[in-house]
Order: sequence, then C-alpha cells, then structure tokens
Amino acid sequence: MRRQFPLALCFIAGLFMAVQYFIPHPTVQDMYERLLIWLQTLLAFAFLLGTVSLVRVHYHKIRHRADDRGYSLVTLLALCLMIGLGFFHSAHHAQGSPFDRMFQNVQVPIEATMFSLLAFYVASAAFRAFRARTLESTLLLVAACIVMLGRVPIGDMIHSSIPVATRWILEVPNLAAKRGIMIGVGLGMMATSLKIILGIERAWMGGGD
Amino acid sequence: MATIIWTTIGAILTLSVYSFLYKDNPFYKFAEHLVVGISAGYYLVIYYFNFIQPNVVAPVFLLRIGNEAIGLGSSMWWLALIPGILGLLLYTRFFPKFGWVGRWSLGIYVGGYAGLGLSPIMQARVLNQIGANALPLTSITNVFLIVGLLGTLTYFFFSMKHKGVLGVLARVGIVFLMVGFGASFGYTVMSRVSLLIGRVSFLLHDWLHLI
Repeated sequence: MRRQFPLALCFIAGLFMAVQYFIPHPTVQDMYERLLIWLQTLLAFAFLLGTVSLVRVHYHKIRHRADDRGYSLVTLLALCLMIGLGFFHSAHHAQGSPFDRMFQNVQVPIEATMFSLLAFYVASAAFRAFRARTLESTLLLVAACIVMLGRVPIGDMIHSSIPVATRWILEVPNLAAKRGIMIGVGLGMMATSLKIILGIERAWMGGGD
Repeated sequence: MATIIWTTIGAILTLSVYSFLYKDNPFYKFAEHLVVGISAGYYLVIYYFNFIQPNVVAPVFLLRIGNEAIGLGSSMWWLALIPGILGLLLYTRFFPKFGWVGRWSLGIYVGGYAGLGLSPIMQARVLNQIGANALPLTSITNVFLIVGLLGTLTYFFFSMKHKGVLGVLARVGIVFLMVGFGASFGYTVMSRVSLLIGRVSFLLHDWLHLI
C-alpha cells in the first residue's frame, strides 16, 4: 500500500495518458479532459504546498530570532499583502487594481533587473573564460563575437557582411547542432517517461517505506 | 499622482537590485526577499482562481463563475471532490506518520504528465526535427545541415569508441556544437543587454524624464 499502490496509480495514469491520443472515442476523450483538469488542480495544490513550506521556513527564522529575521518578515508581509489584495479586494485581476499594480511595479521591475544583472556577470565570466587556446574555443569565441556584433547596428556599420554572417551562423551550424541536441534530449525525455510509467524510475517517491 | 508613486517604487527597487553590482547589501536583500513574497502571493492567487476555484470549490459549493452557475445542480458534482482530496493528500507530508499517503497524488501527477508527454515529445523533438533535416543535397547549406546533425548525433553516441569514421564525424560534431554554443552565448548576452537597456530607459525616461 505504501509503495506498490502509488506505483500502480502512476502506471495507470501514465498508460491512459499515453494511449488516449490513439482512441478518439468521446468517452475516452471526456476522461482525458477530466484527468487533465485533475492534474492542473494538483499542480495548484502543490504550489500551495510550496507556499506553506516558504511560510514555515521564514516563520522558523523569525521565531528563533535568526540574524536575518527582518528580511523573513519582509517576505511574509509581502506574501500576506498579495494574498489580501488577491482574495479580499474585488476585481483583483482587473488592470490597474492594487493587486495588478503590485505585480507590475514591484515584481516585474525586480525580476527584469535581476535578469539584466546577468549581462554584467556573463560579460565578466566570458572575459575570464574565453581564451583562444584551441580550435574549439576559438570557434566558440568567434561565433559569439559575430552574433553579438550582428545583433546591433554597430555590426552593420563595421561591415555589411557581419549581419549576414550572423544570420548564417544562427540558421546553419547553430541549427544543425541544436537539432542534434533536441533529438538527443527528446529521446532522453521519452526514455525517462517510460521508466517512470513502468516503475523503474522511483525517485519521485522519496525515501522511506 | 498614483502613477508617479508607483513608478518611483519601481525605480527604487531597480536601483536596489543594481546595488548588488557593488556588493551584497541590505537594499538588495530587501528587494530579493520582497520579490519572493510578492511572487509567491501572486501565483498563489492566480492558481487558486484559475484552477482550484473553478475545478473544486465552485462545483462542490455551488458558486457562480461569470454568468454560469455550476455546482450541486450537476449530478456529477462529486467528481470535483477527487482532485480536491488528492490535492489535500499532498499535505500529509507535514505529518511523518501519514506522509506516504501523499504518494498517491504524486503517482497520478507524475505518471499522468509522463504519459501525456510521450507522443508530443516523439513528434516535436524527434520526428519533426529529423523530417526538417531530411533535405536534398542540392546546396552547400543543406550539406552543412545534414553533416552537422550527423556529427552532433555521433558525438553524443557513446556505445562505441570514437575511432575511424566515427571519430572524424564526432570531431565534426564538436566543431558544430562549439559554433552553436558560441551563437547561443552571443544571443543570450544580447538579450540580457536588451533587458539592461530597458531598465535604464525606465529609469531615465519613465522615472526621471531625462530622455
């Protein structure tokens, strides 16, 4: 019951979802749509579970007076504020509502800025890592430089062939390599999915009995 | 007035995050912890109203979504209890004695999505890619695409030693892979720079009105 029953459920759900593509009967398609809704609902419950864990971690820090408990308080207050605005403010999803304003003016700027920070770190990492010592590293360096120059107006100003070379790199050698990687990843994903359905891969059950 | 206040909040938070370029500091930590709380709360509300309310709460407790009344009026309302119960079972992991019950929900979730992905993965990631690369050898570009794909696949083929013809093909694969990684790197850097330009434009145009 502790290990075999979940494995059986996994097998039945996986097998049904895999074969329903080939059975266009209304009953099967109705079951498929219902199961899909159940899976999406489970995802929402799993997200709630993650939020409960987040609250537990930060509550623990505040309760035990950890050094950075002030920041934990910020996280919990922000979480409560968004939940309050989302659940108790009418028309929470409307554009211009306080809930939407918090998302547009707090979450979006911080996330965009964090991603843009990577521009500095990627550039400094490249400066240290890119050394044209071998043929392979030289190819990587040259391709990266041509693509970077070809994506901005200054590339065209330096030489009109740089944007053309950029397009060729992206559409020919890059595409060939990406297709090879994609086929390999696809086969790997299928093998892993089959291992999960057949109960060979059981890491998702965690440890214990 | 409200717009100015909200823009100023966004600008201050943007500068707080950029202060990390100097070193880790309280302003950055504040912004970091704030965004964790805000985004967790945001997605919790979105998931609840998009999935839990229409699929569990509304059918069971007879709620109205839009102009449509759904719930106990339908003879199949009890089916909505199943995802609700499965979802609640996930929370048994907080009680070590009953934690194993949560595996039932996980089993359906993991197995369901594993099965759901099988055919689309085969179609989109394998068959379509092979089909798109099955080109006539009528141009240099087509030859490059075919040789590049064969070389890349050979490089990732570990069942035989890379010697002889296999070695040569694998070497060609490395060349294509390096050019591909370089192109991806350049593309990523430029997308990050584009984001940086967007943030600087927000500060100088939307907030300070300098440009």
